[in-house]
Parts: sequence; C-alpha cells; structure tokens
Amino acid sequence: MGAKAIGPARGAVFLLLVGSLPFVGVQHWVLNMLVFTLMYAAMSSAWNLVGGLAGYPSLGHAAFFGIGAYIEAIWFQHHSVVSGYEPFYLLPLVGIVGAVIGYPFALVAMRTRADVFAIVTITLLFVGQTLAFNLTGLTGGAQGLAIPPAPFSADSFERPYYLVLLLLLAIAMGVTWLTMRSKVGLSLSAVRADEDKAAAIGVHVGGVKMLTFCVSVGITAMVGGVWAAYESFIYPQFAFDPLITIGIVLMTFLGGRGTLWGPVLGAFVLELAQQYLAYTLGGNEYYLIAYALVFLVVMLLMPRGILPTLQARLRSRRRRRAMPDDPVAEPAPPPIGSAADYAVSIPAPNGSER
Amino acid sequence: MHALIQGIILGILTAGVYALMASGQTLIFGIMKVVNLAQGAMVIFAAYLSYQLFASFGLDPFLAIPITTVVMFALGVAVEWCFLRPLRREDKAELSLLVTFAVALLLEGVMTVVWSTSVRSINTSYANSSWTIAGYQITLVRLWAFLLSLVALGVLYFILQRTGFGRAVRASVQNPESARLLGVRSEAISALGFGLGSATAAAAGSVYGLLYPFNSGSHYDLISRLLSIVLLGGLGSIGGAVIGAVIVSLSSAIVAATISPVWSEMTFFVVLLLVLIIRPRGLFGVASRGAI
Repeated sequence: MGAKAIGPARGAVFLLLVGSLPFVGVQHWVLNMLVFTLMYAAMSSAWNLVGGLAGYPSLGHAAFFGIGAYIEAIWFQHHSVVSGYEPFYLLPLVGIVGAVIGYPFALVAMRTRADVFAIVTITLLFVGQTLAFNLTGLTGGAQGLAIPPAPFSADSFERPYYLVLLLLLAIAMGVTWLTMRSKVGLSLSAVRADEDKAAAIGVHVGGVKMLTFCVSVGITAMVGGVWAAYESFIYPQFAFDPLITIGIVLMTFLGGRGTLWGPVLGAFVLELAQQYLAYTLGGNEYYLIAYALVFLVVMLLMPRGILPTLQARLRSRRRRRAMPDDPVAEPAPPPIGSAADYAVSIPAPNGSER
Repeated sequence: MHALIQGIILGILTAGVYALMASGQTLIFGIMKVVNLAQGAMVIFAAYLSYQLFASFGLDPFLAIPITTVVMFALGVAVEWCFLRPLRREDKAELSLLVTFAVALLLEGVMTVVWSTSVRSINTSYANSSWTIAGYQITLVRLWAFLLSLVALGVLYFILQRTGFGRAVRASVQNPESARLLGVRSEAISALGFGLGSATAAAAGSVYGLLYPFNSGSHYDLISRLLSIVLLGGLGSIGGAVIGAVIVSLSSAIVAATISPVWSEMTFFVVLLLVLIIRPRGLFGVASRGAI
C-alpha cells in the first residue's frame, strides 16, 4: 500500500458515506438493519484488537456488552430521560467502568493463552448471565430492566443511535489504525508470534496486552450501552448472549482478522444478510441451524478470511505479471493478520503451541 | 451443621456425574488438542435421546445407556470427520474452538426444532424415592447416578490402560510425532478418541436427564461448569478432571447450603480464577504445553 494519506482518506470517505445515509431518506427498516450492522462492526473492530492483533481469542466480549447495557439500564432506574440524549452522555463512564472491570479480569485471564484464554473468557460470559439473572435487586432478574424511551420524533428515531454507533466504529477503527502504525502494534505482533521470546527481548508484554484488552472491552461496553438505550428494554439472556460473542468473532474471521477493514467488511456482509433473512423469512427455529452452518462453512472454506485471501491472490497476480517467465514465483501467503506493512519478520515459534 | 453435611453429601454425589462428563472433555483435548465446546450440547442431546426412549417405549434411562452410547459415539466420529479433520494443522487449536462452538449451536438448533424449548424431565417411578441415613437424605437417583459414573469411569480407565487402542491413544497424547513414526494411525485415533469422548456424554446425559429438568439451552450452563472443571484439573488429565469435579461440586454445594443458592452458581468461577492466579496451567496440567 503506497501513499500514507490513502488509508485515512479511504476511512473518511467510508464514514462520510455511511454517515450520510440517515439523511437521504433511507427507509426505517433499512436504517434499523444498519444500526445493528454498525453495532457489530464496532464490536468486531474492537475485538480485532485483542483477538486479531494480539492473538488472544476472547470469547467473553459479550460479557462486557452486557455489562455496558446494564450500567445504562441501572443508571436510568434512578435518573430520568428528558431530552433523550442522556444515555449518550453516560457512555464515557460506561466505557471506563467496562475497562476497569476488564483490568483485574485480564490480569488473571491473560496469564493463560490461546484455547485456555478462550475458555476462561467464555466462562466469564456465562457467569455474567447468571449474575444478571440472580441479582434480582439490581438487575430485575428475568423480568429485565426498562429504560424510559427517548422522545425522538418517529421520522428520525434511529438517527442519533446510528450516528453514535458510527462514531464508536470510527473510534475503534482509528485505534486499530494507530495501533498498527505504532510501537504498540509492533509489540502486539511480537506477542502474537511468540510471547515468551517477545518478553525475553524486552517487549513490555504485560502492559500492551492489558492496554489493548481494556480499550477493546471499553468500546464493547459502550456499544452495549447504546444498544440498551436503543432497545429500551433489556433481558439477561439477550444482554449476555453467546450469539453476540459468536457474531463478533465470526465477522472478524470472515473479513480477515488482524486487518483494519476485515471486521467491518465481515459485519456488513454477515449482519446485513442475517437481518435481511430475518425480515423476509421471519425468525423461526431454523435460524440457529442456518447460522451454525454458515459459521462452519466460513471456518472450513475460508479460515483466513476474505481480505487476506484476496490480498494474497492480488499480490501473486501482480508478481506473476511482473515476472511472466517465472511461473514458480508464487510467494508464500503472508501469515494471518500480518500487521500492516512492517518489514520486520518475527522468528517462527518453535514448538510452542499457540 | 446439618445443612453443611447434607451439602457435602450432595456435592460428592454430583461430583461423580460431572467427573464423567469432564473426563470425556479432557480425553478429547488430550488426544487432539481440541477443546470441545460442544460437550455440554452432546450431554443434553443424549439426555433428550433417553428422554425420548423413556417417553416412547418406556425404556428405563439406565437401560437406555448402551443405545445412547452407540449413537453418541457415531455422532462424535461424524463430527470429527466432517468438521475437525479438514482444519489445517497450524491454527487448529484456535479454529477448532470456534468450530466446536458452532457444532454446539447446530445441536442446540436441532434440539430446539425437534423437542421445542419447553423444559423436559425424565420422571421415572423411582425419581423421588430416597433413603434417610442418620438424619441425612440420600436421593436414590443420585446414588445410582454416582455409582454409574464410577463404573463408566472405570470402563474408560480400562480402555485406556489395558487395550491396544488405549495404548495408541496414550502414545499419541505423549508424543504425536513419535507415535505416528511407530505406526500409530493418528487420524483413526483422533476420530475414535473424539467418538469415545462424546460416548461418555451418553451415560452422563441419561443421568443428567434424571437429575435435572433441561431444555435445549441448558448446555450453556453445563459447558461453563465443565470447562472450569477441566481447566481446574489441568487440560488433558483425567485424574485432574475427577478432582476438579469434586472441588467444583463440593464448593458449589457448600456455598448453596451455607450461604445462598444464588452465589453457588458462580462459586466455580471464583475457584477457577483463584487456581489460575496461582497455577495458570491447572492443578495437574502438563508443563510441556508452554505456559498454559
């Protein structure tokens, strides 16, 4: 990728285009679909920081989504909604609380790696759900909690949520972009390749991992907060939903983990398709089966994701065109989610199971 | 005090059932380095099978176990063959986790379609009978379930220690490359091992259906407990799984009896985090797996 300005320019054009959609008379059901798509795009981008760049496959991000949703809901049991924008003013606090809860958890969980890390995080998700069901005094238990609906006019009801989610997506993508171009990103890719060696050569392993995890779950918690305000009624089984975790991970894998645009692409493809099917077919019990099958097909056919597969193909074609006489010039595809364009090669992990 | 001892009795009896489920899980990990997130869904699926056999033919859940074992074994082999074998080796650990999660969702979806989401339970004639010994109540079903689990664990131990297949399995666990060089057919071992692991879900499922009401979503609750047990004991260690099961069920039962049932639901998580702080690889985990 050439000029430095292309990345930010592409991002700005994308955000402006998507941001203008609510103002050009797009229908409500489409906007509603896009709200959920942006929700997942923001969360997938945030997940990508931990799961893609650092190589820690967290399956517990939905727990922080739920935590964010419940912070919003519990706050507005005691405060009133007047203008309708109050839930948004609360978001920074939601993000900070999410990160603060995530810190001690990550301190323990990140002592483990790969599959064990995934297990510890998914257990957090189930424990969160159990807590939301059982702490009836705080969460209302199975009855759920209501947030007073915002007095927005019906014509443009989705607009504020849409724009705030777009802002969160922009933040997540911005953080990813900056990370990939900074020392933090370099440290993360060293952690992903071989954490023990990275620590041995003086990478501040613990610090970058914690920082990334806290930022990631903070953004996820904020998305949960927006979701709670948008739905205006939340239940434990939907706030702490394993399907949210699966959605986030699947979208990132589909688009290409460790890339800037992969999670966004994955979310737009998958969530739009899913919402559209739900609208046309209506939700029925076959939905879960279809979802699981899509998941399996993506994992088995395209384990590296759309973007890395396309990139590898483009690169090999370009190289073949440059050297037409040499048919064996096919380069080895780059490792999954190679951090942008760093020419630093990290020694392959020997025998360490990652 | 009475409540505490009653809690301990209950905890030990429950531990047997969890030990059986977790041993299947840890066996699969030991052989294939795959964390099977579908183990809970397989247990619930087996519970549905024995529920159906009881409801349609009046077959006692304990007697249905041979049938369900065969079905679950076949299911395990099929899952390994369709979904796990095609994964490339270099990122198998990570991808297999997601693939087995998808299998769990698939099973949940199938169970929802076939049996709907209403809560089922297997109501045998002896479901509520119990003995009272020195003032402490022992439910017969729990006692039988406990004994059955011990028998099943014994069979599993016998298969692993005394048969040629078991020797091949243990060789692949210790050193897959050397085992392959010495003529162990690792692919067949993987398929059979996954089948064996999910076959333990059959007996566990019958027992689970007898002890608790369940529906298609119950596997989430189950899998979080199973995973904690397996991590606590150390991935891949069957003895560790048994001890992890005892620790988890005892601590849950004691908290339920003395503090509140609400908190017992997450006791296992607190125990797990405490163990991970001190010993990230679990109580009996193998050091050679790097830092896990």
